Amino acid sequence: MNASQASAAIFGFPRLTHYQRERLTFLALIAPNFILFGVFTFWPLIYNFYLSFNKWNMITPTPTWIGLDNYATMIQDPIFWKVLGNTLYLASGSIAIRLVLALALALVLNQKLAGRDVYRAIIFSPTFTTGAAVALVWTWILHKNLGLLRLPLDLLGIASPNWLTDVNWTIPALIIVTIWRGLGYDMVIFLAGLQSIPAELYEAARVDGAGRWSLFRHITLPMLSPISFFLIVTSIIGALQVFDIVAVMTGGGPMNSSKVYVYYVYENAFKFFKVGYAAALSMALFVITLGITIFQTRLSRRWVHY
Amino acid sequence: MITSRRITHPKVVAQRIVSRILSHATLIFAAGIIGLPFFWMISTSFKSDVEVGLFPPVWIPSALLWENYVRVWTSAPFDMFYLNSIITTLSGLVLEVIIGAMSAYAFARIEFPHRDALFLVVLATMMIPGEMALVPNYLTLRNLEWINTYQGIVIPYVSSAFGCFLLRQAFFSIPQDIFDAAKMDGAGHLRVLMSIALPMTRPVVATFALFLFIAKWNAYLWPLIVTNTWNMRTLPIGLVLVREAEGTLGWQHVMAASLLVLLPVLIVFFLAQRQIIEGIARGAVKG
Repeated sequence: MNASQASAAIFGFPRLTHYQRERLTFLALIAPNFILFGVFTFWPLIYNFYLSFNKWNMITPTPTWIGLDNYATMIQDPIFWKVLGNTLYLASGSIAIRLVLALALALVLNQKLAGRDVYRAIIFSPTFTTGAAVALVWTWILHKNLGLLRLPLDLLGIASPNWLTDVNWTIPALIIVTIWRGLGYDMVIFLAGLQSIPAELYEAARVDGAGRWSLFRHITLPMLSPISFFLIVTSIIGALQVFDIVAVMTGGGPMNSSKVYVYYVYENAFKFFKVGYAAALSMALFVITLGITIFQTRLSRRWVHY
Repeated sequence: MITSRRITHPKVVAQRIVSRILSHATLIFAAGIIGLPFFWMISTSFKSDVEVGLFPPVWIPSALLWENYVRVWTSAPFDMFYLNSIITTLSGLVLEVIIGAMSAYAFARIEFPHRDALFLVVLATMMIPGEMALVPNYLTLRNLEWINTYQGIVIPYVSSAFGCFLLRQAFFSIPQDIFDAAKMDGAGHLRVLMSIALPMTRPVVATFALFLFIAKWNAYLWPLIVTNTWNMRTLPIGLVLVREAEGTLGWQHVMAASLLVLLPVLIVFFLAQRQIIEGIARGAVKG
């Protein structure tokens, strides 16, 4: 007796045809995922949109409709622009260094070497570490007087700045941590890219008498351009979403100098209880992320060389 | 690559050796710099108060003070933090794998009208940043009275577009003959999923589970919002709160606590590093 016969026998359901049974099975299998998407992904989008036109502190029973006020506030809010600037500074400050170093390391690793896996694993290892814990480790490394980073700075004769309390140095401190955490990831992606370049391309160019630099300049770099582009976009989106490192190392301070986007959303919602404003900020985050993604797909079709 | 050509000219051999040494030197330097924060954390965690305050720093503490760990462990309910992290990480991981595999199987193996359009709905969820759901999800959980509960930490994050996508691809790669044979034997979809589809794609499922373990163990923002008592905090949050609450903790204690939090992910990573890194590389190049 199969399942449908059993259910027919127990519940008195009519016997189902093969197709009906298939369709019901399909629906049953996708139901958990789709119900959860509905409740925790799509509903938040709709509800956020609604909340962004309201003023609410989550304590009074209902939100108050205020129209576009939250959006007007946002455009005039100097902290909002400061936060966007910080996010861009964090992304652009780390990405150039990350790309150059990661590509260099990937090129070195892309040869048969003893211990290749060990090097790769160690360099990649910071990527998946717990943000809160490594944030504390870096707070200690960046300690003005006793931190490890003072060693190379002393050697160069530079006085160690107050990394986490000087408005000019908080973002550079976060950039250092971001490079440390992201370099191995970028390297692994570049390495995969290098290995996917067909060897015949190099052979053909070599037959034509191309030197090593020329091979790199005219084959490797163009072939890696989609990957570089992907990594740049990933790092911008990553900077938009960073939270734990900032929350633990600086709390967005001093004077908003290290406040990043998600931290500002969190602060408005759960510290200042300005839920409507946090919702408007969330909508802007959604639009920005969507914009970047669309821009990426458009541009990578046109601009990137395969 | 040209491997068949043997180059034996001494000058060429010498060049090769030099290039090899330079490669190793570069990689040792890079791995050393990247690994240094870990070494510094471990080294500090065993130091005495006096040694922590020395500059230039002491690389290897003169005595290993295990009592730093005892001090941290007893300064806050770390056993509860550990338990909470293990419960939420593992239950979330198991649920997400099951939910992802079920929907992936349906999309790969069962005919349904407009199936591909429905699959686009799954992919569309990947365009919505999770951070924008913070406030609505908090309010939903408040209505469900799930604030400060395990299900509150776990459930909003077990739906899986990525898992559905990844496992669907894997299920497509299983030869049709195998499914046909199972069908001839009278196996229903659930049995095919459990005894054919999942076992045959074990490497993909395992890699997916490893990623989930790490991601859920490291989660910070959501558990911070949704928990509000010491006994419900997970490790990353407990760690930060201990430092704020306990003014007398030295850096040796903070580093000991950090290591306690990092240890499980570091162990999982180094045991499965090849699988994890290759999973990342494959996803990026194909995706």
